Amino acid sequence: MMVQLQGIPVSPGVVIAPALVLDASGYQIPRVLVEASEADDEYARLRSAIDAATERLAQHAAGTAAVAGASTGNIFAAQAQMLADPRLMAELKRRVLEENQCADYAVSRVLQNYAAALRKLSNPLLAQRAQDVDDIRLQLLEALGAVQRQSVDDLDQEAVVFAHDLTPSETANLDRRYVRGFGTEVGGSGGHTAIVAKGLEIPAVVGVGSFLERVRTGDLTIVDGDRGLLVIRPDEETVEQYRKQLERRASLREQLETLRELPAETLDGVRVTLSANIEFPEEAASAVRRGGDGIGLYRTEFLYLARNDEPTEEDHYAAYRQVVEQVDGRPVVIRTLDLGADKMGHRPLAEQEHNPFLGLRSIRLSLRNLDLFRPQLRAILRAAAHGEIRIMFPLITTIAELRQARLLINLVAEDLVDEGIEHQSDIPIGIMVEVPATVMMLDHYIGEVDFFSIGTNDLAQYALAVDRSNEYVADLYQSVDPAVLRLISRCIDVAGDGDRPLSVCGEMSSMPGRAMLLLGMGIRHLSVPPAQLPKIKKIIRSVSIDQCREIASRALSMEAARDIDLYLLGQLEALVPEVVVR
Amino acid sequence: MTTPLVRTVTVVNPEGVHLRPADQLVRLASQFESNILIGKNSEMVDAKSILSLMTLGAEQGCDLQIEVEGSDAELAIAKVADLISSGFPPEDSDAEPSADGSVDAVSQDGSV
Repeated sequence: MMVQLQGIPVSPGVVIAPALVLDASGYQIPRVLVEASEADDEYARLRSAIDAATERLAQHAAGTAAVAGASTGNIFAAQAQMLADPRLMAELKRRVLEENQCADYAVSRVLQNYAAALRKLSNPLLAQRAQDVDDIRLQLLEALGAVQRQSVDDLDQEAVVFAHDLTPSETANLDRRYVRGFGTEVGGSGGHTAIVAKGLEIPAVVGVGSFLERVRTGDLTIVDGDRGLLVIRPDEETVEQYRKQLERRASLREQLETLRELPAETLDGVRVTLSANIEFPEEAASAVRRGGDGIGLYRTEFLYLARNDEPTEEDHYAAYRQVVEQVDGRPVVIRTLDLGADKMGHRPLAEQEHNPFLGLRSIRLSLRNLDLFRPQLRAILRAAAHGEIRIMFPLITTIAELRQARLLINLVAEDLVDEGIEHQSDIPIGIMVEVPATVMMLDHYIGEVDFFSIGTNDLAQYALAVDRSNEYVADLYQSVDPAVLRLISRCIDVAGDGDRPLSVCGEMSSMPGRAMLLLGMGIRHLSVPPAQLPKIKKIIRSVSIDQCREIASRALSMEAARDIDLYLLGQLEALVPEVVVR
Repeated sequence: MTTPLVRTVTVVNPEGVHLRPADQLVRLASQFESNILIGKNSEMVDAKSILSLMTLGAEQGCDLQIEVEGSDAELAIAKVADLISSGFPPEDSDAEPSADGSVDAVSQDGSV
């Protein structure tokens, strides 16, 4: 039967493809009963599955203790203790022998209950142990043959990936040739899955809530990344409807292609710089192909996430050179590491941060871990010898951080001189403006930076006190919130007075209505995902600055994000109806 | 009918009755024939069940009641109380707590 689910649209587009359900922890085993006469056999099957899982754990324990020390091996020993738990055994036995439940279901239910009880504990350390219980459940279910762990690396046909949540390393390791869309139970706009999906230019819907039990690998599904819909097992009529929409999109895309060689210039002749945000070096080529004025934001996180060890200076250098060589002399803004300590999987740099978004992340992490930061800076200066590279520091909160980072660039440059290595140390240095404190102090930064770039995602998150990846409050996160707009206005005023270029590289600039608003507020440099370049160029070429100013002055007088969004949509339909696909 | 022995101890180790401490506790409790219950706020669970112990959520500073009933109750309660109040010290692999070596612990403890 067709199931239609509503989530948060985070990456536009529509795809029709079979599902690949990841994250076996989300599996629901159906409640199946066995004949009373077969209950004994079923119980024997359960016993041998438990024995098999115990055996496997013992091997893991020995193997891990040998390489990682006895205390790590102890984790497996404790998991084995769980498998031998008398209360667990009694409950499983009762369910199978007395209630005649099938072993798969009994295991699944009982251990899910334990995990749920653990998750409710207020102590996060203890609550995390639910993972161990989930692990045990999976191992038993595997031993029972009820589930098979699927791996994302061996994907060999087109699929839409569904998961509870995608971890950075999972997404980094996905075979990008085959993934056509994402749907996740949790997450919000601006979260990890959203960013990756945009980088890959595939539709994604997150924050759908619990749905994995309703979809099976191989089911035909539709991900509608424009309206935030997931359709599972669509009927003929729905598929037909979406196929038609895909055709209309293709024709719009062809139309927009014709703008490729034309400048991003408004009707009244104001030239806007329109550059691209990229994640992967390969994207640089598509940014140029689509007529971008360079790379406004090169996120370097995937160098760290896509691998199990830390990237070396040479890894950084190779990636940066690849980008520079593809953009044909256009400027490339490289943003230094912008990860939280919690995301640095291969090297935990902080323990148990209660609030990672306010914790050791981004430039703070880099400045505290110079062995991590230096190779990146060296590689950037080296790559700068081959093109128009600029460096940008994320999450700058105090001017002292900026000065430290600049000092480090000087030190690294001196080393390169001493070592006689080809590089360019005289490169423009800028900061991301994404903390309200920095907005308030922006005039003090004027003399010490060459450019500013507003990261609207983080700026909105910190201004509105909303964790954008938290499904419970994600709806409060709106980059078009009037409070955020006022912060942006202040940046425009200060940067204008100080004669410093200011760009907007958050996702706000890639939404057509919001792009008009930003132009009206005075922004003249937008940086958007490569896929959005033609559409935003179309917007720029379809409006005049006067029209945009009027839009901005109306929008800035409104008191709620929702009103502003509705107003912008109305204006978009009136001024550039071609880009509104229904 | 015997009356169960009862004692209250405080969890002192920073991680609380976490995975490994719970494992230690279960292995100790399983050596005794007695029925051993541990709980807080009158929610009592089987000390031989690691899953039950973990779901108790016993953090540092938390008071735990121990109730033991059975033939080796005195020794069992002494050993269990000792393990918790000494903060689950790491064990030497060859120094498994055993029923005979543990008499000392009872007298040192001065209990019962």
